[in-house]
Amino acid sequence: MAIDTEKNSYTIIFSIVMVIVVGSILAGFASGLKPLVKANERFEKQQNILYAMGVNNNEGANDVEFISTDVVESEFSKYITRQLVIEGSKAIEDDKAYLIDIKKEANKAKDPEYTRKLPLFVGEKDGKEIYVVPVRGKGLWDAIWGFVAMDKTMTIQGVYFDHKGETPGLGAEIKQRFFMDDFEGESFLKNGDFSGIKVAKGNNDPKNMNKTDQEVDALAGATITGDGLSAMLKKDVKMYVSYFKNLN
Amino acid sequence: MGLLSKKDAKLILDPLSDDNPITIQVLGICSALAITAQLKPSIVMAISVIFVLGIGNVVISLMRNIIPSKIRIIVQLIVVATLVIIVDQVLKAFAYTLSKELSVFIGLIITNCIIMGRFEAFALGNGPWRSFLDGVGNALGYGVILIIVGFFRELLGSGTLFGFKVLGNSVEKTGLYAIGYENNGFMVLPPMALIVVGIIIWVQRSRNKALIEEH
Repeated sequence: MAIDTEKNSYTIIFSIVMVIVVGSILAGFASGLKPLVKANERFEKQQNILYAMGVNNNEGANDVEFISTDVVESEFSKYITRQLVIEGSKAIEDDKAYLIDIKKEANKAKDPEYTRKLPLFVGEKDGKEIYVVPVRGKGLWDAIWGFVAMDKTMTIQGVYFDHKGETPGLGAEIKQRFFMDDFEGESFLKNGDFSGIKVAKGNNDPKNMNKTDQEVDALAGATITGDGLSAMLKKDVKMYVSYFKNLN
Repeated sequence: MGLLSKKDAKLILDPLSDDNPITIQVLGICSALAITAQLKPSIVMAISVIFVLGIGNVVISLMRNIIPSKIRIIVQLIVVATLVIIVDQVLKAFAYTLSKELSVFIGLIITNCIIMGRFEAFALGNGPWRSFLDGVGNALGYGVILIIVGFFRELLGSGTLFGFKVLGNSVEKTGLYAIGYENNGFMVLPPMALIVVGIIIWVQRSRNKALIEEH
């Protein structure tokens, strides 16, 4: 080889070429696989929404079991009868409502002029109308989010929570069955007014028998994640209260 | 082995026993501690490292005459990082649930010292075919230890293998638990991985005295 690989000019040219080559390979991969990744994310969202309203494969399992991705799209259109976008006092039907990025909406809503778009999914299961709302908040390390399924009296039918980076074994347990199942039956309303549901330490109700206390037993060692979860439920579900008031 | 010459076969077989990257060269310990609490992530990690190290060694070997030695470490790092990102993207597209479970572990491959070690020590001075064999051999040697450690940690720590309760149900006190057996919670913690690796090193060296270093 006649090239002098020790020359500075060679080193610089080599690095530039390397960066361009690697950059294009990665960009090619990322854009080539993007449709597949996007589809996977969409399926996951549909699975989560259906999970919250009780359409899942949990029966007989100890862990969270979603319905399979092969059937999720058909099941989603079967169980979710209406998708609404609430803007101010209007509720518009929109079958792409589940694609609304609520993180972006929350950021846009910092501008007081902006009316936030709130997605709401109305489903029907076993002859009962179920309303699923998305929630998003902060845990200890990073974002936490989820879906809350309620009937029209704002009594919880099921929830699904997920997180980006909570501590494994502590805050990360919010996505475990034993925690999420406790929410079932709790109500957001107290004497007809919205008051939220608290993840409470020391409520002396570890088995969560009391469904009227608006408290769910907290996870040990996950105080801040739990507080974040309570705040998330209170803040995000509250935005839907006026819609629910009109239902009754 | 009809396919490989004796010298080539040595490249694959040596790292499995007498030149094992973990127990003899003591490389790649960090990930061996982090992900071996269960068997399944250990196996997926082993497969991913075989892919990254096999391909990476070939790429580096093909470029060995044109890489400026001043920036060779950065070039190696770029090659590893590129391959790891590709693995991550492919998993996200074709095995989304698995990728959610493993995202952190896949990223961890970049920090695996075995990979940089083989690039630097072997691929820079050998042809692509031999480099490929060396890469796969070393990754296998790494994977074998990972799987052994993962097996014992999951079995003794949680009483399960691949999530199946092989020792009986600890809550309902069936199987071994009925006669008073308890899971050793310490096995799930990282220090026990180090101790298990230590025991493997001890067994290996007591069987092959040539491996014991002189001081």
